[in-house]
Amino acid sequence: MDGEELTEQETALYDRQIRVWGAGAQRRLSKSHVLVSGIKGTVAEFCKNIVLAGVGSVTLLDDRLVTTEAFNANFLILPDENAYVGKTVAEICCDSLKEFNPMVHVSIEKGDLSTFGVDFFEKFDVVVIGYSSRATKKAVNEKCRNLAKRVAFYTVDCRGSCGEIFIDLKNYKYTKKKLDETVECELMFPSFEEAVSAPWKPIPRRTAKLYFAMRVIELFEETEGRKPGECSLSDLPRVLKLKKELCEGNSVSEKHIPDSLLERLVSGNTEFPPACAIIGGILGQEVIKVISGKGEPLKNFFYFDAEDGKGVIEDLSNKL
Amino acid sequence: MATQQQQSAIKGAKVLMVGAGGIGCELLKTLALSGFEDIHIIDMDTIEVSNLNRQFLFRRSHVGQSKAKVARDAVLRFRPHINIRSYHANVKNPEFDVDFFKQFDVVLNGLDNLDARRHVNRLCLAADVPLVESGTTGFLGQVTVHIKGKTECYECQTKPAPKTYPVCTITSTPTKFVHCIVWAKDLLFAKLFGDKNQDNDLNVRSNNSASSSKETEDVFERSEDEDIEHSNIEAALSNEETWKNRRRPRPIYSKDVLPESLTQQNGSTHNCSVTDGDSMVSVMPSLGLKNPQELWGLTQNSLVFIEALMLFFAKRKKEIGHLTFDKDDQLAVEFVTAAANIRAESFGIPLHSLFEAKGIAGNIVHAVATTNAIIAGLIVIEAIKVLKKDVDKFRMTYCLEHPSKKLLLMPIEPYEPNPACYVCSKTPLVLEINTRKSKLRDLVDRIVKAKLGMNLPLIMHGNSLLYEVGDDLDDIMVANYNANLEKYLSELPSPILNGSILTVEDLQQELSCKINVKHRFYSEILNPVSNSVWFLIILPSTFPKLFHFIKSRNQDELSSDIILGFSNGLIDLSILYLFCFCHREEFDEEKEPEGMVLSGWTQSPATNGESASTSNNENPVDVTESSSGSETASKKRKLSEPEPSNHNKETENVESEDDDIMEVENPMMVSKKKIRVE
Repeated sequence: MDGEELTEQETALYDRQIRVWGAGAQRRLSKSHVLVSGIKGTVAEFCKNIVLAGVGSVTLLDDRLVTTEAFNANFLILPDENAYVGKTVAEICCDSLKEFNPMVHVSIEKGDLSTFGVDFFEKFDVVVIGYSSRATKKAVNEKCRNLAKRVAFYTVDCRGSCGEIFIDLKNYKYTKKKLDETVECELMFPSFEEAVSAPWKPIPRRTAKLYFAMRVIELFEETEGRKPGECSLSDLPRVLKLKKELCEGNSVSEKHIPDSLLERLVSGNTEFPPACAIIGGILGQEVIKVISGKGEPLKNFFYFDAEDGKGVIEDLSNKL
Repeated sequence: MATQQQQSAIKGAKVLMVGAGGIGCELLKTLALSGFEDIHIIDMDTIEVSNLNRQFLFRRSHVGQSKAKVARDAVLRFRPHINIRSYHANVKNPEFDVDFFKQFDVVLNGLDNLDARRHVNRLCLAADVPLVESGTTGFLGQVTVHIKGKTECYECQTKPAPKTYPVCTITSTPTKFVHCIVWAKDLLFAKLFGDKNQDNDLNVRSNNSASSSKETEDVFERSEDEDIEHSNIEAALSNEETWKNRRRPRPIYSKDVLPESLTQQNGSTHNCSVTDGDSMVSVMPSLGLKNPQELWGLTQNSLVFIEALMLFFAKRKKEIGHLTFDKDDQLAVEFVTAAANIRAESFGIPLHSLFEAKGIAGNIVHAVATTNAIIAGLIVIEAIKVLKKDVDKFRMTYCLEHPSKKLLLMPIEPYEPNPACYVCSKTPLVLEINTRKSKLRDLVDRIVKAKLGMNLPLIMHGNSLLYEVGDDLDDIMVANYNANLEKYLSELPSPILNGSILTVEDLQQELSCKINVKHRFYSEILNPVSNSVWFLIILPSTFPKLFHFIKSRNQDELSSDIILGFSNGLIDLSILYLFCFCHREEFDEEKEPEGMVLSGWTQSPATNGESASTSNNENPVDVTESSSGSETASKKRKLSEPEPSNHNKETENVESEDDDIMEVENPMMVSKKKIRVE
């Protein structure tokens, strides 16, 4: 048994989940520090999940001022204008999250995520980025990977009824029980850059179409100088044109990415709350798994599409 | 995404949520965020501290308040303009009748027990309202859609029975800790503190009608107040025949495990300041035990056992005689933990902490917020499809812990209704029963209520009404029905014999079914417990109060099958025995099931979920699936996609000890056809 014991209060509050992952895992959770950036519906769900689970601290980063659009799928923001006017999303979410579990230290941090130095990220065990540009994700991922300690890195992107989670644990050792034996396993994760810029040709055809579609949208937003998530149906012709170019460049058929899927993605700037709950739930589960060291983590993409209801894991690290 | 069409379907919908717990909180939030504006919610529970790790709409200050009401208030804070109506009530109450259900466009279940699930299923069928059903345990979960005539109903498929254990395993040959828990909880605790008139699931009755000729001479047969000396037990233990094929328990002597001071002074003095009847009475503080996760040694367990027994006697005397085990009753948990551990020690089984023992004894559901959030999201997705009448898109979805073919969330096309389902297809049932040896009460309790899940049953034979319940019955009718209950089926005013056809109805559920009776010629009803022997030996000289308490308690109820022995105090040795064994050699419960067989439908366990019982060890009713031709046709399951491998324990899993519990609480996992309740 490592570290001190759980308090009576913790044992009572966390009783049902200790029965799932054990007291040791609960202790590790309570000592972990999580950084969360870009709080829309899915990330709000994620925050709720880890605060309830009892992580040590959650640091929120989102300097957007609260507008009516912000509480669309975000139940952490109460639609009380007197309360939110002039405040940032992180500030308001911080107040709500504190109520969920007084034992978790929830605080905010201000500034542009991409400008923080390596030292900043070293304070955390987990970094979760939602609602950010490809460049920012890439920059933060590099900083995390350059640290001697492992900082588990996640990005999450939800568009309409679809969503993507990316996971980078650098190298991750865990044990799993196989019958009566305990087997040591090790996984090697590619970086964000490697994972999103892999050539398409060698990737198996049965890979989730969302992987390719998300890359098209990502690139579209980058080249057009858009904020993340900022596209609409009127962008569709240009998105389709970009898709064509990308498919040709990668020498794969255009059928690789259905136009209908891209259409749903570009018009999906309002979040679909059930998809947020599902993807935020999966992400929460993954982070808990990795902090507690229990079970096999997802590697290295997860996709959900409410249209077909499938939640798929895609491991794109071997095909690079 | 929310298309126009979708939004209008959502806005105009009136939905009923049953359950405001783990799934319910998440569901209410997601419904409100998704644009639902008219939500009714029923939950009979109040908030507890152990809910707060996942039922995020509740705060510590809400403990003790209605879940439905607090959930409503919390969601109205972020969606103030929608209509949420809360009912702090049991969904089985008569006010929630078919007409009540008819006002809704869809019903969403977030329940924790099979009984209520079956009840809601029937009301939805009767009211012809679509039902989205759900369940979670740990990282596993599932969502299913049930629409009358289009998809299978909740009861079309076999539900896995709660994990049960043969009686002999519990009484004489325990090999796992859970066996010791069941023994401590359902035998020891129930016998000492419970209602003596209440049969428990272990069916430990002394008045069993027929005893088998197979039984061997019981060396411990003796009158109830005859003293047993320790030497008899040692003699029994030295009987090589008895222990040839089983592990011989090691007797535990109190002198070896208890401090001398204690055995001299009748237990430690109790200076607890707690009031009588307080369920928070605990012996742990006075024994210096703080951490419920700590493993106690034999001495500590023995101390807890003795102290807990004494404390029940000292502080909660009034409750004795009508106590039932409750996982939130600290003293009861301490008693059961200690007793189970002492027994485990005796049988060479690893001991467990109070925390673990409580989980096993209380069938505590393993629950985390994330699974509930995911399942709630899936429920809303299905609910929207139901409202849009997207029949082809309905899916049942499994949330898995380990991916199966890359899938973590696995959608499957819903199955068609099972034509052999007695709930949604009105298929007659066949009941094999000994009509000369079974009373109407057996039929009502064990079949109609326990098996068919009826709440307010009515039984008719031809034109003759044999039994009904209700508020509007006059005294004469009630007396009549009560008299009928005690009659053998063949001796009723309208005798039930081979070939009789019964009509069984529940007016609230609007469910009616026919039962074809076949007389069964098994004359010997075997009760293996009848010749099990159970020892609790306590020296009156060392524990006089305890001695008198136990003696007073058990005199009239413990006859030949349970012998409570007391040393006469002349013996030097203080003995605390906690073990029991039975003498029947190789009793075969498979071949000779007791009493009744109900067939023609897929069996369901009596309880599950948080209220699950691991103790239906000897359910006297044996259930098999119909062998009629309709069965094969009924399984028209579209297996276009693979069955989820929820039970793929071979890959990786939790501690094996917990597997039993996992299965119990996995209410909806589809399992194979023929399951026996033992």
